[in-house]
Amino acid sequence: MSAFSAINEEREIERDEFTPGIEPQATWCPGCGDFGVLKALKQAMPEVGKNPDEVALFTGIGCSGKLNSYFNSYGFHTIHGRSLPVARAAKLANPNLEVIAAGGDGDGYGIGGNHTIHTARENHDITYIVFNNEIFGLTKGQTSPTSPKGHKSKTQPHGSAKSPIRPLSQQLNAGATYIARTAAVNPNQAKEIIAEAIEHDGFAHIDFLTQCPTWNKDAKHYVPYTDVQQSDEFDFDVSDRAEAAEMMRKTEERLYEGEVLTGRMYIEDERPSYGEEKRQIGEMPEEPLAERYFDEDAEWERTYDNLLEHHK
Amino acid sequence: MTDNELIWRIAGGSGDGIDSTSQNFAKALMWSGLNVFTHRHYPSRIRGGHTYVEVRAKDEPVQSRGDGYNFLLALGDSFARNPQEEAYYGKEELKPLYENFDDLREGGVLLYDEGLLDEEDVDEIGLEEAAEENNWHVVPMDLRGIAKEHGREIMRNTAGIGATAAILDISTDEFEKLIKQNMSGDMQEANLNVLHDAYEAASELDIDHDIEVPEGSHDEEQVILSGSNAISYGAIDEGCRFISGYPMTPWTDVFTIMSQHLPSFGGISEQVEDEIAAAALALGASHAGVKAMSGSSGGGFALMSEPLGLAEMTETPIVLVEAMRAGPSTGMPTKPEQADLEHVLYTSQGDSARVVFAPANIRECYTQTRSAFRIAYEYQIPAIVIYDQKIQGELRNLPASHFDEEPNADPGSVLTEEEIQDAAHHSSGKFQRFLHEPEDGSNVSPRSVPGQKDGRFLATGNEHNPSGHISEDPENRIAQMNRRLNKLDDIRADLDENTSHQTYHGPDEADYGILVWGSQQGTVFEAVDRLNENGHSVKALGVSDMAPYPKEEVSEWLESVDEALVVEMNATAQFRGLTQKELGKYGDKMSSLLKYNGNPFEPAEIVDGFESSIDGEELAASNMKYVPAAGD
Ligand SMILES: Cc1ncc(C[n+]2csc(CCOP(=O)(O)OP(=O)(O)O)c2C)c(N)n1
Ligand code: SF4
Repeated sequence: MSAFSAINEEREIERDEFTPGIEPQATWCPGCGDFGVLKALKQAMPEVGKNPDEVALFTGIGCSGKLNSYFNSYGFHTIHGRSLPVARAAKLANPNLEVIAAGGDGDGYGIGGNHTIHTARENHDITYIVFNNEIFGLTKGQTSPTSPKGHKSKTQPHGSAKSPIRPLSQQLNAGATYIARTAAVNPNQAKEIIAEAIEHDGFAHIDFLTQCPTWNKDAKHYVPYTDVQQSDEFDFDVSDRAEAAEMMRKTEERLYEGEVLTGRMYIEDERPSYGEEKRQIGEMPEEPLAERYFDEDAEWERTYDNLLEHHK
Repeated sequence: MTDNELIWRIAGGSGDGIDSTSQNFAKALMWSGLNVFTHRHYPSRIRGGHTYVEVRAKDEPVQSRGDGYNFLLALGDSFARNPQEEAYYGKEELKPLYENFDDLREGGVLLYDEGLLDEEDVDEIGLEEAAEENNWHVVPMDLRGIAKEHGREIMRNTAGIGATAAILDISTDEFEKLIKQNMSGDMQEANLNVLHDAYEAASELDIDHDIEVPEGSHDEEQVILSGSNAISYGAIDEGCRFISGYPMTPWTDVFTIMSQHLPSFGGISEQVEDEIAAAALALGASHAGVKAMSGSSGGGFALMSEPLGLAEMTETPIVLVEAMRAGPSTGMPTKPEQADLEHVLYTSQGDSARVVFAPANIRECYTQTRSAFRIAYEYQIPAIVIYDQKIQGELRNLPASHFDEEPNADPGSVLTEEEIQDAAHHSSGKFQRFLHEPEDGSNVSPRSVPGQKDGRFLATGNEHNPSGHISEDPENRIAQMNRRLNKLDDIRADLDENTSHQTYHGPDEADYGILVWGSQQGTVFEAVDRLNENGHSVKALGVSDMAPYPKEEVSEWLESVDEALVVEMNATAQFRGLTQKELGKYGDKMSSLLKYNGNPFEPAEIVDGFESSIDGEELAASNMKYVPAAGD
């Protein structure tokens, strides 16, 4: 029997199982878009049939990082910008875990930008949700990498001279194999995208537009929005790189012009995930590594028997 | 000095095969029954630049590189002969010859490749005068020519070995065996021919030196390996199956060895984007139930400061290796120093609880890496193995049986699913991962691993309550903080009972003591023997546990001597400072002998340093610094 009996348990999963009960105190402000991510995530879980004990959620630091206080699963609230490298290793150590990472735009596109690019490039089989509120929330409203050019804040009183980062295009170039943008105001789409991302075998990047009514005073609520898959205006093939790139360009440009385009932006099903590639070249064991530590019959080789010959 | 030892130095350009040749030479001597020890010196360049390796051989165990050397094989720097005008550095190719003059002992032998080095140029560097003054036996031989005759110039090395064997009157059997083992086909044949021809040619020369290569024999099967090998093997034997890293000299060695072997042991190695990620990955793997390690050298370790603190706060076990080189900043990439001690002890914010071991030799690299894993996983705490560029690269033989130990895959205080069912849970269903007072009265609250049924908890770098949720409640804070810090006392008791890492040397009763840590231990022990032979009364203590500090052992030892000299390779006496801080006294008893020019101590330097310190004299040598005791 597996040491991890929660994994792939066959039963009906309820949304409520992911609510942690009475314990954690709410720290998100009323009206915060982060509630929308939480709700969509909880709703996606019964769809993908995952139970709380087989989900490992890794967050960064920021308001977004509080997600796992509200979400009942195995959780790791890491450090600012570093959720992805921690998550990656957990997935390699036990590929049977459902690994989800989450963080803010400062977290994922600023301080952790390097990890975001490399995780996409390697195509790890994890789902990454970036709470994009175009602001630093937890540290009280400084300009973030997605704040619009000219954005004024206490740290950039003359208005930012920087153009915002373009996360969708960036992640396409980096190598992510599932890229979508959704918004808290669009609960159904958000839930579906999260479920798809979880089921996607490879790195799934979700840029999740969330409003911050506390620090983004002229807060966008990202309404009205357009679902690019539902609209006749955007007829593009999500599996075609060039068309996806063009769609992303439009999406990213128009967001700052006030038009919110959401939906699946790119889906590539052919490329094997990183773990799979590693397994194929013999750099990863067939069975989940973590299982071995619980297997009483596992044989633990010694260097004495294997490696010393060469030194004799 | 031509006493019963050989210290053979091979010098050439980086990239000239100096390393592999010296490794083979050392192995052959080990096969012949001797004990060997190598010392590497190389510049921070990929190709060219003066590099040398010393191989010291004795019939008794060798502790250090010794003082100077008695046989030089100067191959010349072939990379200095770069045909591109801009890259030509004048007489650079002669460096492996004249830059080694300083340390060649009186009466020593100097064999150089006259095929590569022009006779006229050699005249200019003052070889003749120096040889006369020091009674050296100078042997020019056309090693390049001999190699070329059988095909390729790069076999100059083999020619050098053949000639060395003839001059020292040692058998070529072991060298032949090595060539046969390592090469095949034409290459093997060509090298054997080169070996023989050079041997013959050198046999005809009449060189009247009095270096005696000792004879010895081993009563047990030996292996020859480096500190990095030993650390890697210790990790693997203790069940480590995950490594993540980013290259940085000299840490790269362990990272490379682990990456080469882990997959065949069913493990995983990851080269990642930077050192923050590297340490973070080790944390992620450990969180998921795997024994994991990462590491770096100074600058890279600085980047690991945050994940290290996260490991402490979340009580996620990891082992980090810190391979020191001279700093600050990028410092001297290929030179050893022991100046990252404070960095490793104190980096990261807050009151921290971590374990730091500093193995002093290859034997200890293996055992203490095993201890580091055991302690990290049993006590849920990060453990750091700190060593330096010297131990990293030096080779030494020891009995193979040293590694003949059972593997330990136990991930420590991880519960099984059945145990989790019986363990404490919050009314919300959360597993109580961080109990204030664990049931067994220890300070370790057992953990669960993602995927286990009903083991859900939150790990967070914020202060947290028993189920892991963020909490700033003052009482909870004190309870969690105390429990985390108190583990250090438990670990100290555990180490005292099970595995003392400290090493005593010299007579029990002595007036003076030398206190040392890490890679300088063997050299100090050798110096202590000489000092006692010279009529002094000295003993030494080599300390390996940097945290938790072995307060009782060191106090008792310091009580037993009148004065102690603390020897370390840094400019600010970091270990002496630590000792004083931990023990709260003895500032008036400890003086320091420091060296930080990029080269480790030699035994004679410690002898000098000790003698001038007790005589109250200024140090004669300018490459060391003496810092008197406080209040002196
Ligand atoms: C190394 C480090 N630098 C800075 C901080 C302070 N800090 C905490 S959250 C945050 C910004 C969060 O912004 P974002 O990622 O956009 O998340 P949000 O709060 O908007 O959800 C910063 C700068 C930190 N915790 N660690
Ligand atoms: S500060 Fe902004 S992002 Fe943070 S909880 Fe409040 S509304 Fe949400």
